[in-house]
Amino acid sequence: MSRLRELLFPLGAVLCAFAVGAVVVLLVGDSPIEVYRLLLGSALSWPDGIGYTLFFATPLIFTGLAVAVALRGGLLNIGAEGQLYVAAFATAWVGIKLTGLPSLLLVPLCCLAAMGAGATWGAIPGLLKARFGSHEVINTIMLNFIAVALVGYLTQYHYRLPGDPIMESVPIGDTAHLPRLGSFVPGLPERIPLNVGFLLALVAAWLVYVLLWKTKWGYEIRATGQSPAAAEYGGISIRKEIVLTMAISGALAGMVGINEVLGYRYRYYDGFSDNYGFTGIAVALLGRNHPAGVLLAALLFAVLQRGGVPVDAFTQLVSKDIVQILQALVILFVAAEGMFRVRGKR
Amino acid sequence: MKLELRNVTKRFGAVLANDHLNITIDSGSVHAIVGENGAGKSTAMRIAYGFYTADSGEILVDGTPRDIRAPRDAIALGIGMVHQHFMLVRPMTVTENIVLGAEPGSAMSLDVRKASGAIRALSHEFRLAVDPDAIVETLSVGQQQRVELLKALYRRAELLILDEPTAVLTPQEVEEFFAILRRMRSQGKTVIIITHKLSEVLAISDRVTVMRDGRVVGDLKTSQTSAAELARLMVGRDVLLKVEKAPANPGATVLTVRHLSIDAAGGASASRAARHAPPQRRRVDDVSFDVRAGEIVGIAGVEGNGQTELIEALAGLIPQSHISGSVTFGDRELRLFTARQRRELGIAHVPEDRHRRGLLLEFSLAENAILGVHYRPPAASGPGTLLLDQNAIDQRAELIVREFDVRPANPALPARALSGGNQQKLIIGREFELPPVLLLISQPTRGVDIGAIEFIHRKIVAMRDAGCAVLLVSAELEEVTALADRVLVLHNGRVAGEVNPSTATPEQIGLLMTGGRR
Repeated sequence: MSRLRELLFPLGAVLCAFAVGAVVVLLVGDSPIEVYRLLLGSALSWPDGIGYTLFFATPLIFTGLAVAVALRGGLLNIGAEGQLYVAAFATAWVGIKLTGLPSLLLVPLCCLAAMGAGATWGAIPGLLKARFGSHEVINTIMLNFIAVALVGYLTQYHYRLPGDPIMESVPIGDTAHLPRLGSFVPGLPERIPLNVGFLLALVAAWLVYVLLWKTKWGYEIRATGQSPAAAEYGGISIRKEIVLTMAISGALAGMVGINEVLGYRYRYYDGFSDNYGFTGIAVALLGRNHPAGVLLAALLFAVLQRGGVPVDAFTQLVSKDIVQILQALVILFVAAEGMFRVRGKR
Repeated sequence: MKLELRNVTKRFGAVLANDHLNITIDSGSVHAIVGENGAGKSTAMRIAYGFYTADSGEILVDGTPRDIRAPRDAIALGIGMVHQHFMLVRPMTVTENIVLGAEPGSAMSLDVRKASGAIRALSHEFRLAVDPDAIVETLSVGQQQRVELLKALYRRAELLILDEPTAVLTPQEVEEFFAILRRMRSQGKTVIIITHKLSEVLAISDRVTVMRDGRVVGDLKTSQTSAAELARLMVGRDVLLKVEKAPANPGATVLTVRHLSIDAAGGASASRAARHAPPQRRRVDDVSFDVRAGEIVGIAGVEGNGQTELIEALAGLIPQSHISGSVTFGDRELRLFTARQRRELGIAHVPEDRHRRGLLLEFSLAENAILGVHYRPPAASGPGTLLLDQNAIDQRAELIVREFDVRPANPALPARALSGGNQQKLIIGREFELPPVLLLISQPTRGVDIGAIEFIHRKIVAMRDAGCAVLLVSAELEEVTALADRVLVLHNGRVAGEVNPSTATPEQIGLLMTGGRR
């Protein structure tokens, strides 16, 4: 019963969002049926639609998981954006510096660099909160600015290919590349950047589930998130949990760098993130901070992202802003659902 | 004012909180409503005050059916309510608190002086002795309660609903409070008092309505009933109101506390009780005592006099930087022991606030049954004891549920779904299964049904008889004197005296509770 409700409420929010979105399309003067047909049709076509949708979903799964873990631990990580930038740069840095190492060594090292850098960047606001009680929301936002500026500076002045007009680093070694799924999935062309990073995202979701519900660490994280006073009473160190949770969250956000650098561009490309870190907050909310929910929510947002392009191209009046409107509506209805719950309790 | 509830029914989801209630409260009387937690007495009164609206039935005020949809409707009709937890803005004056929401004067100018005069007159009329210009946080708990009464009277309440009004008062303050209620009655006011203390029902009320499972099961004239009869009606069976225990047989000293002090910051966040205490004073001040194996040492005192901080310090929940003095457990100095390490030594802790400290409300019973021992076998297993062993956890939960009669006996339910008494039995079960060498137990039966109280008391005595050292804190004087073998009285964080519970009178203990010496 309760599980069904967990599924029904977000589903209701999505349907409501699409209904209101239809009204918006009507007001603009186009046919909602046509717009939704274009949107879903292109996002779910084989192989291009599905390939790109899953590729777009990959970073959102990572950031959604990152935010979800933090929220389970009672922390609001708005810093996934900064964490994934620092991590992507670190991934590329290892891939550049250790060029020539065999794949079996270099790929894991690059992955560790991504997770380690993300974890470090996440742990900083955790430490600040644990030690000084400063709020993680403020500090993660601040660290986002620092991260973007830092990696921008490093790219611009230290790792740019001489004469390259684009803000991007030199390429990483060939042995650091992650295979594209097209190289072994029949019918999926290799030009689609969907890569092994997506499979890592699925594994990460499963690992997060195991961590949170099957291990004592997860128990302590959830207990701290649910009631710090009760966790403290149960002999759990709140300060340790805050730092640990933020580090795990940061590591998950950092894994975006694996997909981006090792699986897609093979270099650090400045400003690559399409607000993945912030969309991750919406993904986690819609997914009810559960890994399975995060997977579904990330897919939905990826469908919208992928489907927006043809909507823009093939309709007269509707632009791809409709996607933004739909995303905003989904978030609004998810938030409104919280309101219904509060009322239901009275 | 005469108030009648006719056929009032209220349902919360699957729970029938009020089932065709018929209650008549006569004008100019003190009417007690008693019942176990969850019997529906608070729901009924909240319907009368407009917090909830009834699903069906009607409310009659002086014989006229009235539509009370919100508290402001009730206030307009002359019905006032004083909540168990005071709703006062602590840094503001008494007058400011009282006029809040009903400010006199025009929108632009607040006529405080006029209000202050009116409040002074009211205070004088009912002999409440409240200074309208005093800052609320400088007042004692008893005075704050009188401010709440004034708030209702200022809004011209003819009928006052008081929810557990004596919970935070000393025996002397209760006497004063009852005197005020009698004066109000003699001035023609009507008073409804929701309580679970049967002795107080007998002392103050004219009539008493007993509720059980959402229904009225008794409507009696107070002069023609007894505590035993009321308890039987409330629970539905005969209840042992006295704790049966053999004389204690104390063994070696388990806990030695010497010159323990806790500074003001140490208890700042500790509890809602701490918020009632004035700021900037040592929470615990130079306290020394021992607890031996096989005895129950009781700590009596009005809430907010250092009990919370004392217990939390012993449990390792207050940072050492706020603590001075020494605490030894057996031959170990406990200073550097964390809460987890103390539990490993065999120090169990039943906290006073089960919702805040004792339980993870959204977690299942099974998950709650391992809080504090979740990180070690049998709950955790595998490499590095990292994995939770679901079978072992379920077994432990089932054992506790069975041994401590937790209902409903479903380990998968969230703790929130349980009644207060069952939540408390779950916590007590968890801590008793540690098993403890020293048991720190605070407010063991707060908000717990009479039937469960009897059960919990028996379990505590059994723990003592098995050789456990027990340190018991309770705001219920009767509970402390019934259970404890020795009683320490705390006042302002100091030990005001030690008494023998079998010979001391409530008056003697009450005097110590207010700081007076014997």
